[in-house]
Amino acid sequence: MRRVAVVGVGISKFGYRPDVSLPELAWEAVKEALDDARLDGKDIEAYVVGNVGGWSSEPLPAVVVGEYCGLAPSSGIRVEAACASGSSAVRTAYHMVASGEADIVMAIGVEKMNESPTPTVVEFIGRAGNYFWEFENFGLTFPGYYALHATAYMNKYGATEADLCEIAVKNHYYGSLNPKAQFQKPITLEECLKSRYVAWPLKLYDSSPITDGSAAVILASEEVAKKITDTPVWIKAIGAANGTSNLSRRDDFTGLEAARLAAQRAYKKAGIDPSEPVKYLDVAEVHDCFTIAEIMAYEDLGLAKRGEGYKLAREKQTYIGGVIPVNLSGGLKAKGHPIGATGVAMIAELTRQLRQEVERGRQAPIKKGMALAHNVGGTGHYAFVTILSL
Amino acid sequence: MSTIIQKLREYLDKAEEEQIRQLDQLVATTGLPVYKDPKTGALVWVDVRELRLRFQLSVNKIAKFVEGLSQEKLYYTVCKRCGAKYFPPQADCPRCKSSDMEWREVSREGELLTWTVINVKPASFAHNKDYVVGIVKMPEGFNITAWVDADPSTLRPGMKLRLIVGRRPGENYVTYWFKPA
Ligand SMILES: [Zn+2]
Repeated sequence: MRRVAVVGVGISKFGYRPDVSLPELAWEAVKEALDDARLDGKDIEAYVVGNVGGWSSEPLPAVVVGEYCGLAPSSGIRVEAACASGSSAVRTAYHMVASGEADIVMAIGVEKMNESPTPTVVEFIGRAGNYFWEFENFGLTFPGYYALHATAYMNKYGATEADLCEIAVKNHYYGSLNPKAQFQKPITLEECLKSRYVAWPLKLYDSSPITDGSAAVILASEEVAKKITDTPVWIKAIGAANGTSNLSRRDDFTGLEAARLAAQRAYKKAGIDPSEPVKYLDVAEVHDCFTIAEIMAYEDLGLAKRGEGYKLAREKQTYIGGVIPVNLSGGLKAKGHPIGATGVAMIAELTRQLRQEVERGRQAPIKKGMALAHNVGGTGHYAFVTILSL
Repeated sequence: MSTIIQKLREYLDKAEEEQIRQLDQLVATTGLPVYKDPKTGALVWVDVRELRLRFQLSVNKIAKFVEGLSQEKLYYTVCKRCGAKYFPPQADCPRCKSSDMEWREVSREGELLTWTVINVKPASFAHNKDYVVGIVKMPEGFNITAWVDADPSTLRPGMKLRLIVGRRPGENYVTYWFKPA
């Protein structure tokens, strides 16, 4: 396998975007990534689109995006791994370059959730478990699946709703410093605690929003990367794993087994000691679709011991200056969560973090030169852990 | 007595009634389904082709499960070769690749593992009041996800719940749920 570098990144403005169509939205990120790498569409040998869809009108987003962005006739496909579709796009692009099949491949994530009204979007995401056994008869929702974990976690370890809200407060704070984020305002703990329940014990402010957005990263082989850029960011490892579709087929609801496995696999390949990953990492982007998800991520990644993730939140250890800064982009919570774009946006954000070119106030100090992305699809149905390094 | 089928269609039609009337009016007046988004001022074309979906799921291989529901019983499967137990019932055992399964009735009492209250509901459940969904550990070793018919403030981890199979009040089709034992 060849070494693979990220040589160009782009992210659209995330949010409510009725001002653009799906391919126009994709172009915002594609153009930024091409400009960043000083390449043209014709240089891209293949492209992989992460998109979940259902709520948007295009059933074949890869060909629509390929046509609009001038990427056809290069080979293009759409991949799906629920909320981790973006990471699966990066992983597929990575394999194309690592295997020697292509030298320059683009991974694009794009999602236009606001093409459908909110109850329809709630319906679509709620169906994203094991349809007949969880939705048809019981009407679970996406917040509901995570709320089942929040209830179990809080009962077992004594974490409180205020501990969960600490995550929202942190991520809104960093989102307020990220011009691409959907939410641009800090919030207080009281505002979070007073927000209405969407799936008890999770409240509106525990939840990531419905988002339109896109992101793109250009991957290149070592030989080509060194010609394109002076600051290649290497993909050291991608660990991937799956969990059962039906939550009732799992034994434990205080963490996500797939995320633990994906982390183990990534750490092994990257040479990271799984008992002390914070010793190797400057910064992490984790999948905080709900506040409880970020707390479970701390534990699944080994940033905290089992049952102690909420203490990192309570003690504000995941701000800059703490044990490890997490979600300096604002995370899914404040930056927004355009399902298929999220995983690609994480890689774009961390590449810019490692290059030390993000906005003031949310740049992590880069001392060790390594960063981690943790992207979960569904409720631990898919998990990807990606390690980047300078 | 109407069931979920007719009830839901009427509910959804009613929820969209005003919007459809306005859209029709807009096309009649201007000839175009185009309006300015009030929040952003962006021009939006509203799809004139509505897509309605109702899937047809095969339950042919788990016919015994369906038959059980009609008798107000819940069935799971046990692999006759390796003994693996399945709920939801599976017709095939991936552990030993056998498809020779025995159908057994699920016992009637389990222990609550975790739960949530669905406050913001999907479109197709929006006609319901807030409902509690729980995951319950059964003595057979598997878990069952279903509604819990109880005041959520009375629920505790490990509490005993009784399994009920019958017509769901209000929706009038046969399914299963739990009640405090
Ligand atoms: Zn078997």
